[in-house]
Amino acid sequence: MEKRVTLGHGAGGKLTQDLINSLFIPHLKNDLLMEMGDSAIIRKKPLRDRLAFTTDSFVVTPLFFPGGDIGKLAVNGTINDLVVAGAEPLYLSAGFILEEGLPFEDLERVCVSMADACNNGGVQIVAADTKVVEKGKGDGIFINTSGVGLLRPKARIDPKRVAPGDSILVTGTLGDHGISVFLARQKLGINTNVKSDCAALNTLLLPLIDKFGGDIHFMRDLTRGGFATILNEMAGQSGTSVVVREDSIRVLPGVVAVCEMLGFDPLYLANEGKAMLAISPDVAGKVLKHLRKHRLGRNAEIVGQVDQAGEGKARVFLDTTVGGTRLLDRLLEDQLPRIC
Amino acid sequence: MKKAKKEMDPEKMQSLLRNEKAVKGIAGEISRLAGKHGARIMHVCGSHEHTATRFGLRTLLPANVELIAGPGCPVCVCSSADIRDAIEVAKKGAILTTFGDMMRDRTQHGSLEDARATGADVRMVYSPLDAVQMAKDNARREVVFFGVGFETTAAPVASMVSDDLPANFSMLTSFKLTSPAVDALLASGKHHLDGIIAPGHVSTVVGAVDWARFPEKYGVPAVVAGFEPADLLLAILKILQQMKAGKPKVENEYTRLVRFEGNPHAQEAMRNAFDVKPAFWRGIGMIPDSGLFLKERWSDFDAKRKFEIQSSIDSEKDLPKGCHCDEVIVGELYPNECPLFGKTCTPASPYGPCMVSGEGTCYIWHRFGDPRELRKILAGRK
Repeated sequence: MEKRVTLGHGAGGKLTQDLINSLFIPHLKNDLLMEMGDSAIIRKKPLRDRLAFTTDSFVVTPLFFPGGDIGKLAVNGTINDLVVAGAEPLYLSAGFILEEGLPFEDLERVCVSMADACNNGGVQIVAADTKVVEKGKGDGIFINTSGVGLLRPKARIDPKRVAPGDSILVTGTLGDHGISVFLARQKLGINTNVKSDCAALNTLLLPLIDKFGGDIHFMRDLTRGGFATILNEMAGQSGTSVVVREDSIRVLPGVVAVCEMLGFDPLYLANEGKAMLAISPDVAGKVLKHLRKHRLGRNAEIVGQVDQAGEGKARVFLDTTVGGTRLLDRLLEDQLPRIC
Repeated sequence: MKKAKKEMDPEKMQSLLRNEKAVKGIAGEISRLAGKHGARIMHVCGSHEHTATRFGLRTLLPANVELIAGPGCPVCVCSSADIRDAIEVAKKGAILTTFGDMMRDRTQHGSLEDARATGADVRMVYSPLDAVQMAKDNARREVVFFGVGFETTAAPVASMVSDDLPANFSMLTSFKLTSPAVDALLASGKHHLDGIIAPGHVSTVVGAVDWARFPEKYGVPAVVAGFEPADLLLAILKILQQMKAGKPKVENEYTRLVRFEGNPHAQEAMRNAFDVKPAFWRGIGMIPDSGLFLKERWSDFDAKRKFEIQSSIDSEKDLPKGCHCDEVIVGELYPNECPLFGKTCTPASPYGPCMVSGEGTCYIWHRFGDPRELRKILAGRK
């Protein structure tokens, strides 16, 4: 049978990885791309500082949801990709693909929201482009943003520096964004107060880099695929195993309720204002205190520990709430497509 | 005067049933009762397998208390002929609606997901009522609901079968009854079981009474269980207690939802909508009195009639070559004992039906790990 792209290829899991490895990498390969970070770190002269460069596309449906919209998401998403690489975000580009018939009012709302997000995040959009496609060939608005930032001098974020004994921290509750968008889309008649956590993480995380520098080994924002997927990526890239305690993971009651009802797992749901860190255990207590002082980090928690990879297998284990143990594997399927 | 007992708040109840101390206490009692002889206990519900594996319950049980998964995953036992019918209906231009799980179930004729990728209008729904609404909203299109499931899915579908359904709506159904399948396993004499954990959700419809035949006919204890960790362990404990007392009977652990006689309204709706007939279970074969088929009086809503579809079963086991789902599904083989497990058969690219759905045993084990291996890793950690 002829091979075709299915929705699963965009889910951020195994199929996406296969698509990247078998199609994109062979054609687009270069040294910077192959580092596979959230940002490309440019070390070339004549730049005096290390430059971070990233891109992301946003196709969320619906365009507006409790706690945010596609514009806020497109700005904060790219800001956060730079921040978790240890960079201060500076300039963004924005590419819009609009569907014929889109009300001006909606577009204006999105632009206002992008401007607000830029102000809050301390970035400027310095390049932009718009294309329009025929009605039925798009879905209102798609946005691509790219961003550049300068690495903080003390930033040394690299999965290869993750070592057994490191503490794993999460900056807050999991799954808010995924559930908020899902409920806005499906109109299931479920009333919750769950709002997307969409936010720029620079004021939360950059001071940590300045203060704790090399003790912060790894940072990622917990977007598509969620906490469990990112943890597995980290374990794979660092050649370690991770043990996570389920009862230390915070999930809002409204998110738990929807997940129980519909069979989603909050550990795989997208977040747009949360990050996980792997740090030296010596500074874990101090970092936690620091995070909790910030509005966006008040629910931060130490959730686990890095361990040796047994039998050479890098895996993530979850000690469950009832005291059992199981694997916490990669995302296997498209839990919720088009969430960002 | 005594005050009436207050019902416990569901959230409080749940936290109690997931309480580490309580769960470990029950597990300890199970170890004590299991002694050296142990027990081989089968559940027949994908959600039970999910609870057992997702919470790592088997890592808390002694190795000689085997909790095995029986035929409790509706996607796994749905015949490829039924899926082929659905694909054919979609290709004939109807809007084919189904639950998400069915999209990726594979047959040699492809999957509904493949059909969608090649232009068929296949849509996921969360409820059969959404499909009916879709028919009302798309009056010029035919809308077909492909319903696959056990009593829990069949009952709500049955309750909407009436003359009020829109004329452009019809159904393809693959509904099966759980207890006749377990009965067939025991009647074959090939399977030794010390106890059966009956599915809680199914039993809300059929009642604990539906499982009474097992102690009566085979001397095997049957306990209806809920879906929290403590529910499942309590059911195992009750089975061990019955074994010790030598008095097999049917017990209801899930009293907060299941009545002994079940739900008479749901049963009535099912009698009104369906006839009970022999049905084909993928990986097992024909099982008497195990399927629900739309009654003649509702034939206007039978998509097979409407779209003139003739189906036939592909082969005896109805499985792709080399697939061991037939053994996994009756608890004869652990998923990772199949040579294809995790290699040519993965959740991202399932080869056999048990790797497709979130209720399939292979899928669940691939996702949450083999408890025997986890036990070893835990021993190494201490």
